[in-house]
Amino acid sequence: MTIAALLPEIPGCGAAPRIAASDAGRATVTTAEVTTAKVTTAKVTTERGQREVFCGLTGIVWLHRKMQDAFFLVVGSRTCAHLIQSAAGVMIFAEPRFATAIMEERDLAGLADMNDELDRVVTQLVARRPDIKLLFLVGSCPSEVIKLDLGRAAQRLSRRMMPDVRVLSYSGSGIETTFTEGEDACLASLVPELPAQAPDAAPSLLVAGALAEAVEDQFSKLFAGLGIARVAYLPPRRACNLPAVGPNTRVLLAQPFLAGTARALQERGAALLTAPFPLGAEGTTEWLRAAATAFGVNADRFETVTALPAQRARQAVARTGARLAGKKIFFFPDSQLELPLARFAAREMGMQIEEIGTPYLHRQHLAPELALLGDDVRIVEGQDVDRQLDRCRAARPDLTVCGLGLANPLEAEGLATKWSIELLFTPIQGYEQASDLAGLFARPLARRELLKV
Amino acid sequence: MQLTLWTYEGPPHVGAMRVASAMRGVHYVLHAPQGDTYADLLFTMIERRDTRPPVTYTTFQARDLGGDTADLFKRSVRDAYERFKPEAMLVGASCTAELIQDDPGGLARACNLPVPVVAVELPAYQKKENWGAAETFYQLVRAFAGPHVPPPGTPRTAREPGDTSRRPRANLLGPTALGFRHRDDVREICALLGRLGVDVHVTAPLGASAADLARLGEADFNIVLYPEIAGQAAAWLERNFGQKAVRTVPIGVTATRNFIAEVAALAGVDAAPLLGEQTSRLPWYSRSVDANYLTGKRVFVFGDATHAIAAARVAADELGFAVVGLGTYSREFGRELRAAAALHGVEPLISDDYLDVEAAITAAQPDLVLGTQMERHIAKRLGVPCAVISAPVHVQDFPARHAPQMGFEGANVLFDTWVAPLMMGLEEHLLTMFREDFEFHPEAAASHLGATTQAAARSAENSRMDATPEGAGARALRWAPDAEKELGKIPFFVRGKARRNTESFAALQGLATITVETLYDAKAHFAR
Ligand code: SF4
Repeated sequence: MTIAALLPEIPGCGAAPRIAASDAGRATVTTAEVTTAKVTTAKVTTERGQREVFCGLTGIVWLHRKMQDAFFLVVGSRTCAHLIQSAAGVMIFAEPRFATAIMEERDLAGLADMNDELDRVVTQLVARRPDIKLLFLVGSCPSEVIKLDLGRAAQRLSRRMMPDVRVLSYSGSGIETTFTEGEDACLASLVPELPAQAPDAAPSLLVAGALAEAVEDQFSKLFAGLGIARVAYLPPRRACNLPAVGPNTRVLLAQPFLAGTARALQERGAALLTAPFPLGAEGTTEWLRAAATAFGVNADRFETVTALPAQRARQAVARTGARLAGKKIFFFPDSQLELPLARFAAREMGMQIEEIGTPYLHRQHLAPELALLGDDVRIVEGQDVDRQLDRCRAARPDLTVCGLGLANPLEAEGLATKWSIELLFTPIQGYEQASDLAGLFARPLARRELLKV
Repeated sequence: MQLTLWTYEGPPHVGAMRVASAMRGVHYVLHAPQGDTYADLLFTMIERRDTRPPVTYTTFQARDLGGDTADLFKRSVRDAYERFKPEAMLVGASCTAELIQDDPGGLARACNLPVPVVAVELPAYQKKENWGAAETFYQLVRAFAGPHVPPPGTPRTAREPGDTSRRPRANLLGPTALGFRHRDDVREICALLGRLGVDVHVTAPLGASAADLARLGEADFNIVLYPEIAGQAAAWLERNFGQKAVRTVPIGVTATRNFIAEVAALAGVDAAPLLGEQTSRLPWYSRSVDANYLTGKRVFVFGDATHAIAAARVAADELGFAVVGLGTYSREFGRELRAAAALHGVEPLISDDYLDVEAAITAAQPDLVLGTQMERHIAKRLGVPCAVISAPVHVQDFPARHAPQMGFEGANVLFDTWVAPLMMGLEEHLLTMFREDFEFHPEAAASHLGATTQAAARSAENSRMDATPEGAGARALRWAPDAEKELGKIPFFVRGKARRNTESFAALQGLATITVETLYDAKAHFAR
């Protein structure tokens, strides 16, 4: 796919974003500290056609909850505002920490005017919300197409409002990012702002990717048990507490969709650890092991710290996921979590994989997952939703993981489904969440057994 | 550029989707980026439709912009035709595609499909969802009924009153997918027309095919159920087929009776038998003694123009409420709303800014909010009961049971759903009687509002008051601690009114501090 990598050459698609969303080509892995993974030859087909995936703006729904002093201002259209509102599902908050500056006919008349308008809207917003410390200007398809330079606008506004408010920008547009790539772009925009670590700083671990606080706390405890004392998370809970980064930083990705963030961190000198993602007992153990290896934790200590929770997780998954053994599962592309999820479903619940659709496959970051999945799984990168639906109907899987637009229609055709967005909004990482994850897969089938209507 | 937290309406192409999804055999090819496919979930999740909306998105990406997005569009049109074999194609652009200026209509025509192609241009940076639905419906009606328009000057062959060879027939215009209770309203109005002896010729767009639209001109007259969506199409039908339109929206008992009389007049049938029946429980329930406590309840009304205006009328005339606020997000119907607001003696609020609406509701301190899902959240925060009367819709607005807003059954539903959130009359008397009882401590809320809402509402009230300039003015009046305590003894459902009255009395008297004395002076003052 590598849409963003092609951007600079493309006329008519706006300011080249500083964040290339999914640029596999340039990512380099510091091999010294990589958990070695057998490179697999899994058959990956690429499909082009209609995609049925949200755009990167959607990430705002969880990112604004995570960073409680940050505000997200989408510069876009009524469609963009409606997307976030619909994806958020309910409108609970009086004043959410996100909003849309909706461009109107008269704004499109001239660019100078547009920048003035943006300044006016930001001034209005900051006056209303003095609690905002970090403001993200989030680009959309319309702002990209008309080449509104939000990077420059962010610098201008930052100069005006620092130190009270720092202004950054990234693109969540649907022409450049799918769904979770919005988080990648957001985190990547934070990386240049991270304070520099002293050159002689002791090695530290940076976990990148938004996680639920409870999950972070569990991981912190495990890392402490392993003797890894200096652990920070990106994004931080408060945007004013940015972690430091430098050549002694080891980065562990908690999410598989952080290509741009990983690259930006590497550019700051940090070394990237590659591991399976922390889903299920196995994924969590291997993920922790990557950190343990990088920090020279001895094998006994690693065993002592992880054996018990891993055993507990395996047992809980076995209980919750019992009814799933041997059942067929089909993944529509959505969050890029599909590969680790499928690996968990296959290896820890004994499910049979019909197809793994993924909007984008980052081959380096996912090499360990590919190795665990083996060679004979069908992986489809990209999407042609109608053809994929044909395949899904033909396969008659016992469980289909798909987006909200497809779930009820498939249920009506007699196929059990799991909404993929729930896998993103629910804490599923780590040992203690492994059985919750199994439960998310098991519940649709359990419910079908219960219903007598 | 408009700063927007929540929107009442989606973009205009979502309106087009509501029309396409409502119809049979129509497929919509939308030139749009992938994120715009979110709109599918409105139909499959909120309305719980069991099929995908009949929409194909081109989902062009940045890399396509350098190449040929026009070609991609044509490919999508051809593929969609091959796969879905629709009877008619609708084509258009979303906000982003509007900027790249491919010409969906021209491109689709160049595909030479064997079915009619209707192109709708929906200016995404000026217009919104309801406008988009109205424009799409109008374009479809023109495209399919247009060829059947009689030459100018042809006399209209109206059905003679008393003609027994056929029953009079009417088209029902306006219901769409994702409409607020459209499904139930249609069933209710069809039943009503059946009892009048009027046949429903075509209901559109809901359930209609392109061929049905072609037959619209055959009806004797039209019924515009939702002016926001069908007003424009009905005006075109009137001009071209000479079909009169019933424009009274049958929400509430009186409006339903007027609607029946109007339909009967156009159909040449006798309305008396139907009007003579006792058809709704609302009038009697409203007159029953228990409903006395509803008298003068302050109600704030906000929604689309049609539902808001109707709700205000029903609230005032059929439930004896006092309308203290009336507004709409439908700017296209500003004139109608202003006229209605004048009738109720309130300031019209015409705004699609959620914060404006919230401020207006907070300032009005109503006893009940009749609004959309957005106002439901505002009301929840303020601890004020609320009933939903209008789109934007939520999954709760598609109840499993039959729950129309229109017709006599609709009036019953309005009575139940608006009165239920308020306290039962008897319950209110008992509370007053026992207010010294420890269980009725100042923090006690009505059981149906949940245990925590009162405290939350109070803090919301405080923070909001402090934040607004009006609030700052009101707070220049200081409440002495014992007066505040005394105020706390007043049951919560009249406390807001007592606070308001006391403060305005104190302001009138030029007092800076409100004491217990002030409180009772104010009570006496307003008791006259
Ligand atoms: S796909 Fe583009 S236009 Fe659509 S909501 Fe996302 S950013 Fe906005």
